[in-house]
Amino acid sequence: MAKIIVNVMPKPVLLDPQGKAISQALERTGNFDFNDVRVGKTLELTVTGDANESVRARAEEVARELFINQELEYISSITIEEN
Amino acid sequence: MRVGVVNFPGTLDNRDVIRALNIAELTPVEIWHQERNLEKIDALILPGGKSYGDYLRPGALAKTAPIMAAVIEKAKSGLPILGIGNGFQILLEAGLLAGGLAINHNQQFIRRDAEVIVANNNTAWTSRFDRDESIVLPTRNTHGAFTAEAKTLERIEAEGLVALRYENPIGKQSDIAGVSNAKGNVVGLMPHPEFAVEPGFGPDTKDRMRSGVDGLRFFTSLLLNN
Repeated sequence: MAKIIVNVMPKPVLLDPQGKAISQALERTGNFDFNDVRVGKTLELTVTGDANESVRARAEEVARELFINQELEYISSITIEEN
Repeated sequence: MRVGVVNFPGTLDNRDVIRALNIAELTPVEIWHQERNLEKIDALILPGGKSYGDYLRPGALAKTAPIMAAVIEKAKSGLPILGIGNGFQILLEAGLLAGGLAINHNQQFIRRDAEVIVANNNTAWTSRFDRDESIVLPTRNTHGAFTAEAKTLERIEAEGLVALRYENPIGKQSDIAGVSNAKGNVVGLMPHPEFAVEPGFGPDTKDRMRSGVDGLRFFTSLLLNN
């Protein structure tokens, strides 16, 4: 069965203290190739029928309504993963 | 006056709200989240707690509860609705108030007796206060940092929708402690008025330990609206 993968990220307005703490850990361990970490989340939706463009669009609608608070977060990607 | 108190799975402060309503000489009516009817209710309170375990985001899952369709409809028709703590988060998630509540800057639960200013006394829940009156209310939360995009914040300030401000906001967090909708019937508060209603059991004030009862007037404000 196919899955739809929804990636959610905090908007810049959100402080993301978790990402900040991870950035500091990178610095402590001498990883100076990176200077900003943002932590988002991934939701995997198993599709009951066929995965097509209309199911993907429906997933996007659901993601906007429920998965994110549009004031604080945005959907960074929605992809279909065939098994 | 019958005031509905909505219980979601994980609501914690419902009994404290009921106690406050009794002290304010209002009639509390418990409402289960699976109900769909809000007839014969004159005002509504969404208490604090951790509805649905704060999964996804605080308030995000509660907005899908069966009762919420009626809550949204009643909010639009002008019924006084107060959300406290998690109840505030539910009202934000349901789109009845503008903005969002993010995790505290230190990612921790913060509990303190906060000095707050009543920035707007022209709402259903703040009419017993003077404008810019300084009061003390207990606050306790993990997701209490009011956050919104710049354009939303500008609109909230321009339309005078800030109901309460912290006198001493924590760290770099916003000073917004409560907001209302444009009509003033829907109000969300991060501090907890229901824990400041009875001498001896309230927050510390400058005068005496645990003597704070400023919270009571949020509830008795309802009686002024009629």
